[in-house]
Amino acid sequence: MKKKFKDSIFTAVNNPILTGALGKFSEAYKINRAKAYEGIDFEALRQNIADRKAYAATHLDALAAAFKINAEAKGAKVFKANSAEEAVDYILKVAKDNNVKTVVKSKSMASEEIHLNKHLEDMGVSVRETDLGEWIIQLAGQKPSHMVMPAIHMTKEEVSDLFSKEIDERLSNDIPQLVEVARNELRSKFLEADMGISGGNLAVAETGSIVLVSNEGNARMVTMLPKIHIALVGIEKFVEKFEDVIPILTALPRSATAQLLTSYVSIITGATPNTDGTMKDLHIVLMDNKRTEMANDAKFAQAMQCIRCGSCLNVCPIFRLVGGHVFGSTYTGGIGTILTAWFEQLQNSEDIQGLCIQCGNCKEICPGKLDIPEMILEIRRRLVVDKGQSIAQKAIFSVVNNRKMFHAMLRTASIGSKPFTKGNYIRHLPFFLSDLTEGRSLPAIAAVPFRDEFKKIKQPKCSEKIAFYSGCLIDFAYPKMGIDLVKILNRAGYEVVYPQDQTCCGAPARYNGAYEVAANNAVDNIKALLREDVKYVVSACPTCTVALNHEFIGTFESLGQTEHMEDAKKLAAKTIDFSVLAKMLVDEGRIKLKEGQKLGKVTYHDSCHLKRTLKVSEQPREVLIRAGYEIEEMFECDMCCGMGGSYSMKQSQILKIPELQ
Amino acid sequence: MFEKFKIRAEAVGSEVHRFKNRTEALDFITRFLKKEGVSDAPKSYALWADSPFLNGVDRKSMEADIPGLKFDITRQLAADSHVGISEMSYALTDTGSLVADQSAIEDRLVSTLPVIHVAIISTDNILDGKAAVFKKINPGNSGFIAFITGPSRTADIERVLTIGVHGPKRLVIIFVDDMGGSK
Repeated sequence: MKKKFKDSIFTAVNNPILTGALGKFSEAYKINRAKAYEGIDFEALRQNIADRKAYAATHLDALAAAFKINAEAKGAKVFKANSAEEAVDYILKVAKDNNVKTVVKSKSMASEEIHLNKHLEDMGVSVRETDLGEWIIQLAGQKPSHMVMPAIHMTKEEVSDLFSKEIDERLSNDIPQLVEVARNELRSKFLEADMGISGGNLAVAETGSIVLVSNEGNARMVTMLPKIHIALVGIEKFVEKFEDVIPILTALPRSATAQLLTSYVSIITGATPNTDGTMKDLHIVLMDNKRTEMANDAKFAQAMQCIRCGSCLNVCPIFRLVGGHVFGSTYTGGIGTILTAWFEQLQNSEDIQGLCIQCGNCKEICPGKLDIPEMILEIRRRLVVDKGQSIAQKAIFSVVNNRKMFHAMLRTASIGSKPFTKGNYIRHLPFFLSDLTEGRSLPAIAAVPFRDEFKKIKQPKCSEKIAFYSGCLIDFAYPKMGIDLVKILNRAGYEVVYPQDQTCCGAPARYNGAYEVAANNAVDNIKALLREDVKYVVSACPTCTVALNHEFIGTFESLGQTEHMEDAKKLAAKTIDFSVLAKMLVDEGRIKLKEGQKLGKVTYHDSCHLKRTLKVSEQPREVLIRAGYEIEEMFECDMCCGMGGSYSMKQSQILKIPELQ
Repeated sequence: MFEKFKIRAEAVGSEVHRFKNRTEALDFITRFLKKEGVSDAPKSYALWADSPFLNGVDRKSMEADIPGLKFDITRQLAADSHVGISEMSYALTDTGSLVADQSAIEDRLVSTLPVIHVAIISTDNILDGKAAVFKKINPGNSGFIAFITGPSRTADIERVLTIGVHGPKRLVIIFVDDMGGSK
């Protein structure tokens, strides 16, 4: 990890204004978004969008050709820019040819991507951003920190200072007054400008239309008042048909800002009259800049389904703590990591990809059905293939790769950590694990691991068997959980077997891009767990369950390994989460709970993997209620706890934040 | 349909009125312009973009009655106007939006630059949503299709909703049940 990046995280997480504003926003966003989607079948809607966008992504050339014909028939000039340079050169040429001195812009992330303002200014053209947030950022000399809310990291006090300087008058911190200043200041710029530059939220091939979505009204001014209008549109904005606009227009404002619709939507098709009766000089620049390459990559083609709503940032537990500037590039957050890896280069995403904790929040709410965590894992995998792992990580995974050595080490850690154990938690860990405990407590390594405890348990003979996959945490930190699990299953009439050859589920290696190690872990576990014929393989650790259920298969697929695929699928079919099994056994009457128990109030915190990957959230609650507990839901019961498995080895600065602890 | 639209439109800050016929609507608009202090001075004009609603309306006598009201629209007058009046084609109940072909520059000027936008619409033209209106509009014939949903807004400073950044600060919607000979 580069020092500069580490420093930027430190600055961000220790900025109470930033974390306060982002935290407040992300809490309100979830509630407002849900309200905005009331009465809408979100799953059907996003499938619809994903299908239409996926179609466009596989027909980019055809759609570009159709768009050009249809827009030019209506008087627009369409230019296809393959690279950022070509887009910049074209726009500069139009400006030069028309002796343009002043430009007003409405928000365009594509223009940020190619640093258009700087190029225009270098040529002596004065450029004014007119979206309020973008204008604030421009005055502050910063980059947008969020693709929908560029200035979300700034306070009204900071804005007041900037505006006071700009108009040379001391202003108060009153937000309506500051907005009025922007209205007055920018109004004359709109009226004077020689050229307007906008982005485009959608480009419709069959009609040659561009669709602009905005709230402030600046996009209407930018496209109406100057005689020249340039729309810079990334080719991921294509849709084939005019009707394709409907689902996207339904989702975009709801997902972006929890609005049913933005104040203004403008569908511009060809040249329209100027205020002096002449026709608009409309140029539409269709920018590729590596988008076709991305669309042709099997693992990343889905990124073309993004509608740029920014909701993946809004629900990200890491983004809410660090904000956008830590990402250091034009595009921020989860989607930003992927776009940076493609539009810039893979290496530029090296630090920021590590910010993803794999909680799956973004995948749940993405209106384009992007699996962002999966794509970030793929970036990790490719980075490891390209560059190899860091020395420290290599050391760790070479140990995890060897079960006997790994387990021997954990046993040693139990003894080694004795002096460091306080209550049931470790404050300091020996060896290379020391980073893990910097600033937080980890569960103490138990004196006797579950694998040894298991041998002492006397089980009744039963006709049916269940294999228990403990995972490292229950084996070495919480053996009592394993012992209880065996007792419960015995009561339900199952004998529990514990294959001693089971090892780490491979999640830590996989989440760090070390797929070869993860594959070795998978093979060891498949062999161990399928050796005996059992009805189920039960796991009480959601991360492990996800590994057994989905990831062994995924890892083999990524590496193109087929040898153990069939067995991986067999194991996946048998694997069951303990709370799901418990609920089933209660329903079947195999576990009998005392009626009318009053055991008091508890709250339940959903695990990321259990709720979002395995879709299990009701069963554990139902079992608790049936047992006699009253559940009082906590605030944000499914927000990531921040442990993130091996995430904590790399991003300990973020995890030290009290909010996450 | 009207009530449904009204609830959605008011939720985003629009003001919604309904009149039986053009005479009543004209009456209201006249009173409204006078109340808003429209006068023949920069920053106080009212501009009215041509539309079927104005068919048969005696514009001269209206201009005489309301100094500052103008039916000939220029860029400079629009920039100096307090009120802009235009007709919109459809109203959508699901989002409280108004939709119109605004290819005519006058329609865009009066609905963008003034402080108040007064939008006139026939009560018959309320539709239930985007799917319905997309069947009625056609980019092949309309160079600029506008959806307008409430006044101009921003939340770019500290996520605080603030009305009236660049566009109108008020959107006053006037439904007319019987458009008479105007259609």
